[in-house]
Amino acid sequence: MTAAIHLSTAQVAASLALVAVAIAISLWQRADLEREIGVAVARSAIQLIAVGYVIDAIFSSDRIAFAIALLAAMVLFGAFTARKRAPDVPGAFWPLLIALGLAAAATIGLVVALDVFDATPRYLVPVGGMVIGNAMTAAAVSLNRLGDDMRTSARDIEAALALGATAAQAAGPIARRSLRSGMIPLIDSTKTTGLIFFPGTMVGMLLAGAAPFDAVRLQLVLLYVLLGSVAIASLTAVTLSHRRFFTAAHQLREPAE
Amino acid sequence: MLFELEGVHVRRGQRAVFDDLHMAIAEGITSVVGPSGVGKSTLLRLLNRLADPDRGVVRYRGRDVRELDVLELRRQVALVAQLPALMDGTVAEAVTFGVRLAGSTPVDVEELLALAGLTGDFAPRAAARLSVGEQQRVTLARALALRPEVLLLDEPTSALDAHARSAVEDTLLDLRRSVAVSLVVVTHDRAQAQRLGQHVLELGDRTTALA
Repeated sequence: MTAAIHLSTAQVAASLALVAVAIAISLWQRADLEREIGVAVARSAIQLIAVGYVIDAIFSSDRIAFAIALLAAMVLFGAFTARKRAPDVPGAFWPLLIALGLAAAATIGLVVALDVFDATPRYLVPVGGMVIGNAMTAAAVSLNRLGDDMRTSARDIEAALALGATAAQAAGPIARRSLRSGMIPLIDSTKTTGLIFFPGTMVGMLLAGAAPFDAVRLQLVLLYVLLGSVAIASLTAVTLSHRRFFTAAHQLREPAE
Repeated sequence: MLFELEGVHVRRGQRAVFDDLHMAIAEGITSVVGPSGVGKSTLLRLLNRLADPDRGVVRYRGRDVRELDVLELRRQVALVAQLPALMDGTVAEAVTFGVRLAGSTPVDVEELLALAGLTGDFAPRAAARLSVGEQQRVTLARALALRPEVLLLDEPTSALDAHARSAVEDTLLDLRRSVAVSLVVVTHDRAQAQRLGQHVLELGDRTTALA
């Protein structure tokens, strides 16, 4: 690693010029997104500054328990957030909470066990944050698709149940499609990384003055960790959720009226 | 008695579909008639436990259906829905869908298609490209592949013209003779009920069915 890049508050403020461009386009095209853009900018600033203080404190203390507590809070907030993307899935919060927790614990535990990263807050917090963020997106997309397909394919599902299929057999094709929906965006972006875009970690390291191959190696590790985490998160969320559409007697529950 | 329903209540939202329904269905061919929305399809769903009543008991051959293995019940009491579903792949794959789920022994697809009034030439064809009438026959063959004791048929001719309707009715009557399966046929067509029926049950606006 090399010396970190330093930006002044004035430099950060200058980047708001691009936000002004976004607002101008919204006004010009009557997209009615000015308020949304304003909220997004304000929230990003407040949230990142707050988390900056938290991370600074955790790094200063160098206590792993604080890092784990922060990641647990992120899992909890991630599950709350992703739940809103799956309104048709009954009781989606718990499957999401378990999915994100499992994805974070399994992937971070594995990379620490394999000695890829040290078990210190400096590694666990940023890597855990990326893992949980990507796992949340993948699990939310999977459950969103699951909810949609369970509703629109009710006739096929009941036809299968009527022929003696178990709930798992009847929902199997939909569960597989949902799993694919959650994983495909990251798989596609992994395929095109370096060709169409530079991923964030690599960009950050290059801007901070790291040697290009150090940046590449770290980026590759993170991409592979993220692939594992989205697979675990999507599979867990779909597996725990699809059963909730059925009764114990393999009957499709009627959608809430 | 094949089925007995005692004191069955079913609500859907604020609406009572069945309010203390009592009904008995005998072996043979039974047609269930009644106006739209009276609960004919719901009745079939109760018989193979795709749904349970809010209150009351449904018995199959004297036993409460809740005491039976629900998957085995659905293989013995096979439901053929009003509109064809699960038509991915070839006709042969569609016909063997249920038996593959159960891990059962291979079946004679041509024989099953013949029982449902289709020739063996249909086996390799794409099921989704058949006419609705042909698809309905495929769903009938698929249910027969399970060797059920009872077939529940929900408006089996609703999407067919008069000629095709008559052919399906002949097929159902032949089935009763050739494989001794009992049939419970939901229809809004009273004339069809008379043509098919050893027994005709009427679901009215209220709750009582007449045997």
